[in-house]
Amino acid sequence: MIVGEGLEKRYGRKRALRGVSFAVSRSGFLLVTGRNGSGKTTLLRLVAGLAAPSRGTIKVDAERADLGYVGHEPLLYRELSALENLELYGRLYRVPERRERSGMLLERFGLWEARADRVSTFSRGMTQRLALCRALLHDPALLVLDEPFTALDDDGALLLDHELAALAGERTIVLSTHDPVRVNSLATDRLVLA
Amino acid sequence: MSSLALYTGDVVALARKDLRLELRARDTLPAMLLFVLSTLAVFHFALPAGTGQDAAYGLLWIAIIFTALLGLSRAWAPEREGGALEGLVLAPCDRSAIWLGKTLATLAFLAAAELVALPAFAFFFAPIGPVAVAGVVLASIGICVIGSLLAAMAAASRGREVILPLLFLPLAIPLVVGGVGAGISLNGATYLSFLGLYDLVFAILSWATFEYVVTE
Repeated sequence: MIVGEGLEKRYGRKRALRGVSFAVSRSGFLLVTGRNGSGKTTLLRLVAGLAAPSRGTIKVDAERADLGYVGHEPLLYRELSALENLELYGRLYRVPERRERSGMLLERFGLWEARADRVSTFSRGMTQRLALCRALLHDPALLVLDEPFTALDDDGALLLDHELAALAGERTIVLSTHDPVRVNSLATDRLVLA
Repeated sequence: MSSLALYTGDVVALARKDLRLELRARDTLPAMLLFVLSTLAVFHFALPAGTGQDAAYGLLWIAIIFTALLGLSRAWAPEREGGALEGLVLAPCDRSAIWLGKTLATLAFLAAAELVALPAFAFFFAPIGPVAVAGVVLASIGICVIGSLLAAMAAASRGREVILPLLFLPLAIPLVVGGVGAGISLNGATYLSFLGLYDLVFAILSWATFEYVVTE
């Protein structure tokens, strides 16, 4: 489903990614690890189509509608409520019965009580939970998750463990983390960036 | 649902989101209103007595252009804050809808500022005729059409406060010429046609190129 060959990414004179090749089959789970600054975020941005490689090729067999992405930024409007954010994205992603789907996700991620609160009042962990809701809203076939456990408390991390376990094998997942033990049993492919 | 209905729905949802954000944060419109009113008041006292109407119209357009610039400089701030622009870019909707939604919201803010500015101008300087008002309307559309695109380009760069005026002001010169011309010329209809043509050309250009501005 995803094939990257000889990927290199430069930002000016700085090389963020050097000669990376990998492949992930449909319903596979690629676990990306590496030290800080090794290019994990850059690689995931290439997979999501948010950046183009300076050299090499990447082929992703998925439309934009099939992609769910969680990055370092939550990709949310801070002055909209949790529900308003999900309704806006639900509209843009053509989610049928988006109100019900949004409510179900907010409930599942423990944000139902805070659904009418603005994101600017959320803690970092709550914002990350909402970013996960946004990424899962349209039931994507491909999930690109850049350090999704960041800022989650124990309950939130456990919730994400269960979510990933349910999705693994059914969806294609590309996930970067500094805590590979957490998802190691789910991974079908591994990529260590140096 | 037809693709046109979906596109229109996306544009309306995106523009409504901007209006809702402004109603809550009140970041842009109060600043624009205060700026345009204070500028006209300062011009009123700075302009020597007996100065003609032509000069006054020029000052009105200085006030409008810089008020618009103030609004445009903040137009993409909500998208910058939480990385929301990337969220919109990843969505499967037509990316030009993002530009059009922003253009409509910016136009609403500028129109609100002009609803205050034009009576203030009439009070301080001279009455405004219907052709001059039509010039303001057409030029405002042009300002927002091209301004929203340039503001998106500037928002992606580090020196956005410098880059936006550098890009916007040269392209706004024809709008000033058309707006002033519609206000003071006996042949105002020609200037209105010119402004209409400018709006059409730059609307098509902005609509077609926005995708390349927000993607790598």
